[in-house]
Amino acid sequence: MSRIRDTFKKEKAFIAFVTGGDPDIDTSYELIKTMAASGADIIEIGIPFSDPIAEGPVIQEASLRALKAGTTTDSLFGLVEKLRKEIEIPLVFMTYMNPIYVYGTERFMKRCAEVGIDGVIVPDVPFEEKAELAEQCREQGIDLISMIAPTSKERIETIAREAEGFIYCVSSLGVTGVRSEIKTDIGSMVKHVKAVTDVPVAVGFGIATPEQAEKMASLSDGAIVGSAIVKLVAKYGKEAAPYVADYVKSMKEGVRRA
Amino acid sequence: METGRYGQYGGQYVPETLMNAVHELEQAYEHYKKDPDFNRELDELLRNYAGRPSLLYYAEKMTKDLGGAKIYLKREDLNHTGSHKINNVLGQVLLAKKMGKTRVIAETGAGQHGVATATAAALMGMECEIFMGKEDTERQALNVFRMELLGAKVHPVTTGTMTLKDAVNEAMREWTSRVDDTLYVLGSVMGPHPFPMIVRDFQSVISKESRQQILEAEGKLPDMIVACVGGGSNAMGSFYEYIEDEGVQLIGCEAAGLGVDNPKNAATIANGSMGIFHGMKSLFCQNEYGQIAPVYSISAGLDYPGIGPEHAMLNETGRASYVPITDEEAVAAFEYLSRTEGIIPAIESAHAIAYVMKTAGQMDKNQIIIATVSGRGDKDVAAIARYRGVEIYE
Repeated sequence: MSRIRDTFKKEKAFIAFVTGGDPDIDTSYELIKTMAASGADIIEIGIPFSDPIAEGPVIQEASLRALKAGTTTDSLFGLVEKLRKEIEIPLVFMTYMNPIYVYGTERFMKRCAEVGIDGVIVPDVPFEEKAELAEQCREQGIDLISMIAPTSKERIETIAREAEGFIYCVSSLGVTGVRSEIKTDIGSMVKHVKAVTDVPVAVGFGIATPEQAEKMASLSDGAIVGSAIVKLVAKYGKEAAPYVADYVKSMKEGVRRA
Repeated sequence: METGRYGQYGGQYVPETLMNAVHELEQAYEHYKKDPDFNRELDELLRNYAGRPSLLYYAEKMTKDLGGAKIYLKREDLNHTGSHKINNVLGQVLLAKKMGKTRVIAETGAGQHGVATATAAALMGMECEIFMGKEDTERQALNVFRMELLGAKVHPVTTGTMTLKDAVNEAMREWTSRVDDTLYVLGSVMGPHPFPMIVRDFQSVISKESRQQILEAEGKLPDMIVACVGGGSNAMGSFYEYIEDEGVQLIGCEAAGLGVDNPKNAATIANGSMGIFHGMKSLFCQNEYGQIAPVYSISAGLDYPGIGPEHAMLNETGRASYVPITDEEAVAAFEYLSRTEGIIPAIESAHAIAYVMKTAGQMDKNQIIIATVSGRGDKDVAAIARYRGVEIYE
């Protein structure tokens, strides 16, 4: 049983995302520590990619800021190594296939295991291309997190059957970013998953308010928030930690109410 | 070969949101490519709308001047909208219509694919939105207005390097936000399967025709095919029917910008390495951490950091060779073809002409080269003037 799945056993999870190295590695270190202390159950660290095709403008800009600041895959492995002395909650890398592939998929997963990463989310690797990294993940005990989308339909069960860690349920069409309303029938997507597996399901894309987090978590096992946090980092830069702490607390409360 | 794979290259690396859309496209294409009505309609459009077959023109003055191989030019510049892009676009927009889509979106670099898509959309009554890097909208302002004239909406892309790759990113993002009524009409032999296959098939009309035309004119196959390569659609179309003919050398000309040793280039085969990006495993210009490199070429249409997966395979097996051509060589070829044959080629196509200029003289007089003039150069006149220090206001 993975540490990620264990996390969901206790209660519904609040999963927080932050782009690694935005605005710099030291700030990311503070932010992640703060988020863990403020109630985040799992933290996703984005490894910035030059061309993040699944991201909206907020995370695109964060990725570019991080890259401009000199962030590399290696500097983020260093960050996680340092964080692991302080925090125990599951940490997940979210990135694109190219940075993993060019680093060397086997070498990448090995480093993940060494520094204490629990899982990876790679939005441009769908079920059909999973062979690109599934074995390397398995060998190192890294959960390969699967995504399902509003367009997945009959694919949901196929994907769920082989899912590990948790299933990332994409709430809406399009890219990451805050949305005023989520119109997808999340309940029915979750039901499809539950029909074939007991791997937990968390909903992401477009969630920004505690009310949205509560609603999404009530339909599933947790809520994932990225852009809303990254926005605070964009606004307050190196001073963002206390603002992010307050925000994460309010979101975790929303999830708890679910 | 595994579906959608070209040796180790290709694949379908797209977000889950798009998976059913690419499957739907694949199924529709497999169905319609065998459908006699679809083929009849497409053939009709190619003949009576695009103006095919395009001429295979014997460039006699150029042949004499260079003093070697006999040079033929495959005149894709004479197609409606002025480039080879219309071949693929008529096929894809017709397919979109058959699939019940009402809206098409596309990326464009130089504007050629955007103009072609806007044209086909106007003809077939589809809504059309084009994504174009902001830098390219400035380099090719006339084409922006042309697309708008055709009823398309043009979105200047301000993310990343604001060129072709960013336009592809933005078009993919747009497609994930609206898949039901929309088809992404990709302009080159790149992206996730089935695009590299579909675009190649629709572009292979170039080599189907040229093969027949050269056999009629010379009674034998050519010794060499030369075409420029960005993503590689006109090159793939120019090569495809000759791949089995081992005696025919296939040469792709990539944009070397200021030189392959200068960071300002877009020569993917010369400088790239394996990666997975824009839906495909292929070769890309990138750094040691897999961050895609900003590339540069005087030609907006070749200013792309990757290459189609089938080209990556042809390079690996050695069936095709890829050579870098600098801005300077391309501009010289642009001017040379204009003066020598009275044909102003697109600056992209001038990369192929530049290679012919280097090579023809070393070949035997009974040998034959076919070079593809993938587009006409009207769009580039102001940029070439600027390159030569003359300011022209379009």
